[in-house]
Amino acid sequence: MKTKSILILSICMPLMAILVPIFTVSAQKATPSDDEVNAIAHQLYCPVCENTPLDVCPTTACHQWRELIRQMLSEGKTEAQIKQYFVDYYGARVLSEPPRTGINWLVYVVPPVAFMAGATLLFLAFRTWKRIGSEPVATGGDPSTQGSGDDIARKPIPNQDDEYISRLEEELRKRN
Amino acid sequence: MLAQFGYGVFVLTFLLALFSLGAAVAGYFNKSDRWVEAARRGLFLIFPLITTGVLTLAYLLVTGHYELQYVYSVTSNDMPFYLKLTALWGGQAGSLVLWSWLMAAFAFAVTLRKWDRDHELLPWVIVVTSLTLAFFLSLTILYENPFTRWWQTAGGEFIGRMFAPVGALPLTPADGQGLNPLLRHPGMIIHPPMLYLGFVAFVIPYAFAIAALVTGRSDDRWIRLTRRWTLVAWVFLSLGLVLGMRWAYDVLGWGGYWAWDPVEIAALMPWLTGTAFLHSVMIQEKRGMFKQWNMLLIILTYALVIFGTFLTRSGVLSSVHAFAQSAIGPMFFVFIGITFVTSVALLIYRWKDLHAEVEMHSFFSREALFLLNNLLFMGVLIVCFWGVIFPLISELVTGQKVTVGPPFYLRANGPLFGALLALMGIAPLSAWGKSTFKTLGRALWKPAIPTGLVLAVLVILGMRNWIALVGFLLVAFVVFVTLFEFWRGTRSRQKKTDENFLVAMWKLGGHNRRRYGGYLIHLSMVVMAIGILGIELFQTTTQKTMAVGEDIQISGYTLRYDSLAQFPHADGRIVTRAVLTVFKNGKSLGELYPRYDYYASGQPMTIAGVRSTLADDLYVVLVNWENVSSAQAPFKVYHNPLVNWLWIGSLMFVFGFLVAAWPNRDEDRQEGNK
Repeated sequence: MKTKSILILSICMPLMAILVPIFTVSAQKATPSDDEVNAIAHQLYCPVCENTPLDVCPTTACHQWRELIRQMLSEGKTEAQIKQYFVDYYGARVLSEPPRTGINWLVYVVPPVAFMAGATLLFLAFRTWKRIGSEPVATGGDPSTQGSGDDIARKPIPNQDDEYISRLEEELRKRN
Repeated sequence: MLAQFGYGVFVLTFLLALFSLGAAVAGYFNKSDRWVEAARRGLFLIFPLITTGVLTLAYLLVTGHYELQYVYSVTSNDMPFYLKLTALWGGQAGSLVLWSWLMAAFAFAVTLRKWDRDHELLPWVIVVTSLTLAFFLSLTILYENPFTRWWQTAGGEFIGRMFAPVGALPLTPADGQGLNPLLRHPGMIIHPPMLYLGFVAFVIPYAFAIAALVTGRSDDRWIRLTRRWTLVAWVFLSLGLVLGMRWAYDVLGWGGYWAWDPVEIAALMPWLTGTAFLHSVMIQEKRGMFKQWNMLLIILTYALVIFGTFLTRSGVLSSVHAFAQSAIGPMFFVFIGITFVTSVALLIYRWKDLHAEVEMHSFFSREALFLLNNLLFMGVLIVCFWGVIFPLISELVTGQKVTVGPPFYLRANGPLFGALLALMGIAPLSAWGKSTFKTLGRALWKPAIPTGLVLAVLVILGMRNWIALVGFLLVAFVVFVTLFEFWRGTRSRQKKTDENFLVAMWKLGGHNRRRYGGYLIHLSMVVMAIGILGIELFQTTTQKTMAVGEDIQISGYTLRYDSLAQFPHADGRIVTRAVLTVFKNGKSLGELYPRYDYYASGQPMTIAGVRSTLADDLYVVLVNWENVSSAQAPFKVYHNPLVNWLWIGSLMFVFGFLVAAWPNRDEDRQEGNK
């Protein structure tokens, strides 16, 4: 019985030695290129040295992390899975933007809300000013104040159509 | 002995700043011209005194006094003379000294002006400048003393103290650590002084604004007096930013010029409010409007100048720029808080006095468009400020650090910058006061025709990226509007004077320097925008480990790896340099020499090999962070279309500034500005 077992084992072992690598290799992809690795590394930040993208970080740790990405790609992991792996191990700081969860929503919501609030205030103020401003004002004065970069005095607004030309002509008249 | 002398000078200067501050306040409240004059003379004296301190430190640096902690940390025997000198601002303590020195120079210039007509503003201008100076000098003498020396305690410990601890012996190392290799680049040598000049120059318009608030001057005198200061501040800040970009492009080996790093943003924020201020003061000058808003803008700019220095110097935000960290953060925080709250309180107190002299007439008037421009700049500021402080908030609230990186800023700021470009094209065509949709439309159609042609050509040439199409459309629009403005003005002058076109244009610009200098600055900005659009939207990159003789392809170029050599440099660093030949369509275009240098301190510096043309840059990095051997070496290649226009635009910008700021005797006489 023992001799039979040794015989089976002696046949199977070499077979396994041949077959296992073949099956393993067929389950993996070819070695991913530097560009494929960098495409993902570029979206991640070095967990150690802050504000340094992983694809250009010169530390040994980051070199190892890039090799880890290469290995995971060769194992068939997707970009999302690889990024999630880094987030799980090192926290959300490895992502180039905060994940859209919890308090992190503030980073995305506050700027547009603040900007819209400013724009609304400005629009309302415009309307108020315009209403007051549309009341009769002195017109037809000296056109030299219109749009010139160097004129000094504030004067009433002219009502000519081609105010630019008249402004420049007036300016030239004064200077020559 | 020299170190004690230098430190003594700084202590004396600090006391003098406090004296000026106190004398100015006393002079104002006691209505005593003598006290105010004493304060002015005190402020006047600070500059030569600090200069003495700075020269002392410079001497200690270039003569290798390694017994001083600062000299030890930023210089070494193998450094050339000019680097030892510029190491003055190569570390925390020295850069704060530089800040004070430049601030003192501006304060000195302010004291020299004729104050007869604006005497009532003088005490408070002195108070603000002296207070700012006293704050920065206090940091130097209390926390970041560049004259601290090494001591060895009885226990064998090495410590840095200004004066000898009990039982300790003085220690003099034979050599220093040397300057951080990243700071040995010409861009980084000039970048800090430029940036700081921009920072400190903004203190002057702020000081005048506060003086106007305290004294109740509601006119625009303070704006007219500080017009050129503001322009100088703005141009130095702009140049500081551009030099920082060039440094990043040349030295970091990332293939780009701007990484939306918190410290980069810290320098950008006062530039944003400063630019908004530069535009909006024109409304006050021309129309007597937005007085409160201008006050708020200059207060914000000052606060952001101090905040920017705080971010860079306190180490509160870790980044590639935050080389030095220290315990000065709380001091900054308190100072920013006190000055900001006091300034805003003063503004609220004077709010009603600062009402507009006239009202808005049209949504399409130039003042309305300028205000829209201000809103957009404030939008970018909000994005930047929030992006910088959110990681701190997140860490405080949740304990979890997050990164707010380029995708956030690009997505949020891209449309805002696009809208700013559009306004840069539209606003010059509108008029102050009354401008209707109809009149604006009439002015728009002429530049709109060639702009449309440019768009058509781009589409015919195969450009399909809609962001790029919009970007280049706006660039073309601004260029044509600006050229149209030059043409229109020149033709108008010709009609009156019978001058030839070039003479008429020259004289037109000469008599309206501010206006046409401003247009040249607009042109420079859109030229820079061409470079930014090119690299941001069309950059490609590839990386490959090659054996000698192998090649790599990118965007129609082929780069063949020829050889690799390693050799010591005279200054002690070990240089590893590769040679690659660049081909296009089978024709050799020359060689590139990417390299990395290892310094004795163990710090590496990556220097890209760059082939630069107006069309594109080929930027090759020998990737020292992967395995490099004589048999094979990894290279990362970037193809950066149009990026050179970014640097060309910055040179044009300097020219535009010179035109805009060149003294105009007529104007100065009219305003009593000299």
